[in-house]
Amino acid sequence: MSSTALLAIVGMGVATYLTRLSGFYLLRDLNLSGPMKAALDALPPAVLMAVIAPVILTTGLAESIAAAITAAVAFFRLPLTVTIIVGIVSVVVLRAALN
Amino acid sequence: MSSAKRDFLTGAAEVAPVVVAYIPIGLLWGTLAAAKGLSPLEALMMSVIVFAGSAQFVAVDMWRDPIPVLLLTFTVLIVNVRHVLMSASLSRHIDAIPRALHPIVAYFLTDESWALAERRALQEPLTLAFYLGVSLPLAATWWIATGTGAMLGRALGDPSAIGLDFAFSAMFIAILMGFWKGPGTAGVLAASGAVAAGTHLAFDGPWYIVAGGLAGALYAYVTWRAGEEP
Repeated sequence: MSSTALLAIVGMGVATYLTRLSGFYLLRDLNLSGPMKAALDALPPAVLMAVIAPVILTTGLAESIAAAITAAVAFFRLPLTVTIIVGIVSVVVLRAALN
Repeated sequence: MSSAKRDFLTGAAEVAPVVVAYIPIGLLWGTLAAAKGLSPLEALMMSVIVFAGSAQFVAVDMWRDPIPVLLLTFTVLIVNVRHVLMSASLSRHIDAIPRALHPIVAYFLTDESWALAERRALQEPLTLAFYLGVSLPLAATWWIATGTGAMLGRALGDPSAIGLDFAFSAMFIAILMGFWKGPGTAGVLAASGAVAAGTHLAFDGPWYIVAGGLAGALYAYVTWRAGEEP
């Protein structure tokens, strides 16, 4: 293995690890309340929504409809595995039907 | 059964469908890495040391001779900036885990393990056993699948042909529904979704996750009213 390749891999590893670790120390020992707490409470759903937004909003009709079906199934609190399988089956059927 | 063992198995059961979806994605990444000239050892080392799917796809795409070390490092940093938001949010739920072990929690933090951990924390305290039950199967599958793909060295087909690319979106949607707390949540999601989609269309790269996440949090901040604490 080349030393440059190793250097690149270690550099990328350190960069990735720092992003994963730094958040643990940002809020440490802070007593959060009021609007700041509300903002942090909103962070998990906001980030989740942002992760899926390109797929469900900008990819195509099949993905958007499959996302709506998945959300409807998830609303009834079915097990996670069942919801994921419904989502996969929906997208396969809709891609075949709409393309 | 000890509670730690039960938590571990609960985590492993919840992550099972995601583990299945990791296999073809990992094989695909390994074949792409091999096509760019990475040896199986180099590919496996990247999967262990970097351990970040989307960043690794970007890195392999940029991989060339001579290897642009600084550009790769900086690009991967940007791809993974979203993890700062995720670990900041998760930091409020890791009090049951000894501080000395937080660096290990950080290593295993992926979009998938983070989402399942946040979901768990909605219902009961997050334990290390549950977190490792989620994380270890994910990590082991990623290492084995990417290493195997690099050794096989040829494409095995497109995961999107059988809908497996949608498994991650479906899981995030399912977990997202668990955070629903009423009309206020709708505003957060609308702000995040609109900003993320717009950012995705306007700019290359992964900025949309950070932009959408911050937009949703900002919406909650400015619409907060005293006495409305749930």
